[in-house]
Amino acid sequence: MISLVHRVRATGPLVSRIVAALVGGYALAALFSVAVLALPLSRPQAVLTGMLASFAIYAGAVIWVFAVRSALKAWAGLLIVAAPLVPLAWSVS
Amino acid sequence: MNTDDDVRVEGPGIRQSMSSLHTWAGLLLGWVLYAMFLTGTVSYFKDELSQWMRPELARLSQVPDRAVVAQRIADELGNIAPGTSQWSIRLPDERNNSANVFWRTAPRNPGQRGFGEASFDPVTGQRVTSRGTLGGEFFYRFHFQFHYMPVVWGRWLAGIAAMFMLVAIVSGVITHKKIFVDFFTFRSGKGQRSWLDAHNALSVFGLPFHFMITYTGLVTLMAMYMPWGEMAAFKSPAERQQLNAELTAFIQPGKPTGQKAPLASVEDMVRQAQERWGRDNVGRITAVHPGDAAARVSVARAESGRVSMSPQYMEFEGATGKLLTVREAVGAAAETRGVLYALHLGRFSDTETRWLYFLVSFMGTAMVGTGLVMWTVKRRQKLPDPDRPYFGFRLVERLNIASIAGLSIAMTSFLWANRLLPHPMEGRADWEINAFFIVWGLALLHALMRPVKAAWVEQLWTASALLLLLPILNALTTQRPLWRSLAEGDWVFAGMDIMCWALALLHAVLAMRTARQAANAPSRRRANRPTPMTVASSEGAR
Repeated sequence: MISLVHRVRATGPLVSRIVAALVGGYALAALFSVAVLALPLSRPQAVLTGMLASFAIYAGAVIWVFAVRSALKAWAGLLIVAAPLVPLAWSVS
Repeated sequence: MNTDDDVRVEGPGIRQSMSSLHTWAGLLLGWVLYAMFLTGTVSYFKDELSQWMRPELARLSQVPDRAVVAQRIADELGNIAPGTSQWSIRLPDERNNSANVFWRTAPRNPGQRGFGEASFDPVTGQRVTSRGTLGGEFFYRFHFQFHYMPVVWGRWLAGIAAMFMLVAIVSGVITHKKIFVDFFTFRSGKGQRSWLDAHNALSVFGLPFHFMITYTGLVTLMAMYMPWGEMAAFKSPAERQQLNAELTAFIQPGKPTGQKAPLASVEDMVRQAQERWGRDNVGRITAVHPGDAAARVSVARAESGRVSMSPQYMEFEGATGKLLTVREAVGAAAETRGVLYALHLGRFSDTETRWLYFLVSFMGTAMVGTGLVMWTVKRRQKLPDPDRPYFGFRLVERLNIASIAGLSIAMTSFLWANRLLPHPMEGRADWEINAFFIVWGLALLHALMRPVKAAWVEQLWTASALLLLLPILNALTTQRPLWRSLAEGDWVFAGMDIMCWALALLHAVLAMRTARQAANAPSRRRANRPTPMTVASSEGAR
């Protein structure tokens, strides 16, 4: 039991980062691609802009997640960027 | 696979964490990436490969006037597929000796879409019969959707692999602090250092290309990977059509009137397009409801001479031949997408640019390959017992052999199968592909059973021999041996033969080098030298 706790302690942050990178990064990119619709562009152009840029957002998020000092900070960063995007995405859909 | 790299993720230095990210993002799908890179690289010569794989089709020394060809085939389609709701002709060009045509047929089951597909001789306008083969199209499709799995799964796998690649590139650059100094550094014959230097040189030289090709690869299928904006923006099919119009030259078919009206002169329509874009710059002709009063015909601009895949086309009323619209511009974002898409495919390129594409992309393949090998080279020195490596190490080692040397064998076997399988033969095209995978599977078995070095050397020699003998097999089984190709100036066939020999030489050199390393292996000088400190600093230098 103690060894299990130890194990979770040791690998937990890494697993958390991997989830943040794979799932969190994609979610942020997807959210961005919807929020872009709030820009004063025609709908088709806005949609395409969001798609085109989304992979840069995703890659940037992954780099961020592994570059910062702790898993907590990694998640916090993603959430801070997501926060202003949520109302924008909400307003257009 | 628990090495000190994993632990270092929690460590302080950004360079260390980026180095670990680079290592694992590169490794986990590295074999998939290698296969995507190599099959993608040869796809820059997809049309030439397709010509080589259909040796029955005569070389087209001069492309006939496309307007005349279009009319011929349109007439023939009236006989073959009367009452079709749509047909589409890709006209021949310098790289294609036949016109590729498809047409819709009445669906066998309701809800399904049936279609026919065939190659047409531009001179006679008749359907050509050649051996059943997917040609270069197989490598092309494999490189983004694989095989034996639903297309959608394959494309998702390719997308995930491309995303890993993108992360590996960015983290690799951050890791690499002396990017330009190291580019001019090559320490030959020094084991790990040589692999590192080779990996660096290949990566840095082609960096803009590797980044471009990875990102644009994602762009080609972005609507599938990131559909959320589209789903939020458009509620009805009509709205969605606005988006499609920015992406393709496809005309939305209206309802047929049921009133018969023969198609006006297709030749005249193509002539108008030629006047606008140039004689050789007409690509695809599509007709919807041909033979009906509501018919529409679009003539699209070809892909050469502009670095963009955005739709440019002229639309005509089918029954009268009246020009309805000319579309030559799309929105800024759509044009950006069109340019990125075109950069990935490289279809705009002339022969020189195409070779440059091929070479740099080949370097990208080698970058992935050296990276994969380096993973094992670096860890071999730190193994507690070099004679009994842990499972993960052995797995990587064996997969490397099968996916690098084995893929060369499999791809060449695909070409061998093209020459050796009888024709006509039921399901011939499929069996060429099955041969590719059977041989690849055998290569994996071989890699699992033989000692590592022996497996590398034997597979590299096998690939070399198959490549060396392919031009000879070609001479024996077709009417187009090298001497005749050279005499006739047929650079598709001659180039293919010479390229096989160049690649045979490359594999032979690799085999000999690997064999020599095997001989030196017992006296591995650095086997116990590096401490974790020196390994860490060498990683930091990457």
